[in-house]
Amino acid sequence: MVDATAIYTRSDAVPRGTKPKRALSGRNIMIYGTLLVFSLYYLLPLWVMVMTSLKGMPEIRMGNIFAPPVEITFEPWVKAWSQACTGLNCDGLSRGFWNSVTILIPSVILSIVVASVNGYALTFWKFKGSDVFFTILIFGAFIPYQVMLYPIVILLREMGLYGSLWGLVLVHTVFGMPILTLLFRNYFSTIPEELFKAARVDGAGFWAIYAKILMPMSLPIFVVAIILQVTGIWNDFLFGVVYTKPDLYPMTVQLNNIVNSVQGVKEYNVNMAATLLTGLVPLFIYFVSGKLFVRGIAAGAVKG
Amino acid sequence: MAEARRTNRMWRNLNAKIAAIPMVLTTLVVFVGGTAWTVLYSFTDSKLLPRERWVGFDQYERLWSNSRWLTSIENLMVYGVLSLVFTITIGFLLAVAMDQKIRYEDTFRTIMLYPFALSFIVTGLVWQWILNPEFGIQSIVRGLGWESFTFNPLNDPKLVLYGLLIAGLWQGTGFVMCLMLAGLRGIDEDIWKAARVDGIPTWKTYLQIILPMMRPVFITTLVIVAAGIIKLYDLVVAQTSGGPGTASQVPAMYVYDYMFQAQNLGQGFAASTMMLLTVLIVLIPWAYLEFGGKKHG
Repeated sequence: MVDATAIYTRSDAVPRGTKPKRALSGRNIMIYGTLLVFSLYYLLPLWVMVMTSLKGMPEIRMGNIFAPPVEITFEPWVKAWSQACTGLNCDGLSRGFWNSVTILIPSVILSIVVASVNGYALTFWKFKGSDVFFTILIFGAFIPYQVMLYPIVILLREMGLYGSLWGLVLVHTVFGMPILTLLFRNYFSTIPEELFKAARVDGAGFWAIYAKILMPMSLPIFVVAIILQVTGIWNDFLFGVVYTKPDLYPMTVQLNNIVNSVQGVKEYNVNMAATLLTGLVPLFIYFVSGKLFVRGIAAGAVKG
Repeated sequence: MAEARRTNRMWRNLNAKIAAIPMVLTTLVVFVGGTAWTVLYSFTDSKLLPRERWVGFDQYERLWSNSRWLTSIENLMVYGVLSLVFTITIGFLLAVAMDQKIRYEDTFRTIMLYPFALSFIVTGLVWQWILNPEFGIQSIVRGLGWESFTFNPLNDPKLVLYGLLIAGLWQGTGFVMCLMLAGLRGIDEDIWKAARVDGIPTWKTYLQIILPMMRPVFITTLVIVAAGIIKLYDLVVAQTSGGPGTASQVPAMYVYDYMFQAQNLGQGFAASTMMLLTVLIVLIPWAYLEFGGKKHG
């Protein structure tokens, strides 16, 4: 007993646990040093974009692309938005912006409705062969789009939708389906089946259960899906080029045409303003959504 | 009776079956049907429009003797290997750094991941500007007094892939870091405690215990990144347009140009079938490991 007390008092007098780490240990310098160097790499392009877009052309020719502007001008932004030329059209990037918005809204809604119903049917209303379709769907996510580009052109032409807004909306719905269905199926399968059975006993049918019980319970996953689709569809380039006509080109396509056009004097400040404008929508979504964005992009990597 | 029961079963859950129509059509018509159609028509001499004049493997012979295609494949291999090695190494190292109970973790994550939210077009155009020889990094270093400094990857056929790589890594490493970090966080805390009790140094624990345990995460990441690399298109279009000359051509670009510009559908079909084949080479071993292994426990 005496011994035990002795140990107790002794250990009480001596500091316990590991030695407190100094803030500037070699280990910390290495960790924070690595993170800071990489942060610089990640932030540099954003910095350069903003700085270049606020300078006049004479200042760009004189100076350093990393330096902040001596004289801030918003002229390049105005020009990129309303006067930049693609071919003979000189009405700026605003046209591409509004095209992207008109493509985005129906595509996001339709793709999410279809995929969430898929996920719902695959979780609670399994029918013969439903798992086979799901497997094909997931494998479909890995097939290079190039293999399906032309058959879809034929299908859309047969439906009279080739080159139209609704054709592109359908394409986004089809190619958004694998990842979104996986997302919804994984989420719905965490919902207790008793809840679903109770609703059935009460006489609720397929659509009633979906709309009145499942949807209200699953708002977070719908938000994740919206984030995923808004950024994905906004950033699309290939489908925009292949399935629409020039007057319906989304913003990314028009941006590329403006910046990489060979005619005329290159106005780097206008180009960077245009690039930044195109990036604003996904950046806004990203900074507002925070962790939900991470959840969305991780969904594809989590096993179903 | 039996007849009635069968019809009854058909009508059972009718709404669920109606709801599944878009999925059934997508999988059967677009994914399976579309892919099969393209593979089939790669054996024809379709030009402006698809036609059923069968020519065997002619398109493939032409494809593999086309220097532009050979360059595309070589570029994809070099870019693919470099990109895989660097994205996964950098992603893992950053994830380990982030896992050391650091301060400002959310800030660092936000900074590393924001490029992933951007379009490849935006990424390509920004890096085209930063690597611009007259105004970008090269001119700045020269301005500091090192007059002979040369760093002009986008106009040098030998270096152009590295120019693309800088941009590709900028966009993709944050995403891989997130996947790896999720993997690291999923490892049982007790393993760390046991390693500490045994006096194994941290770096050794990572290398010899954690790394083998993360195998599934690495494999999944590898497959996702590899599938993305094979599709590589937008970034090249924006940053280099495939140039200088044909130095940064990639297969996806070849497909697009032959299908929609050169009006040589057969070549486009053959080239896209080769892309599919490449994906299958990556995918089949993975599917075997992932799903085939389960049966054996």
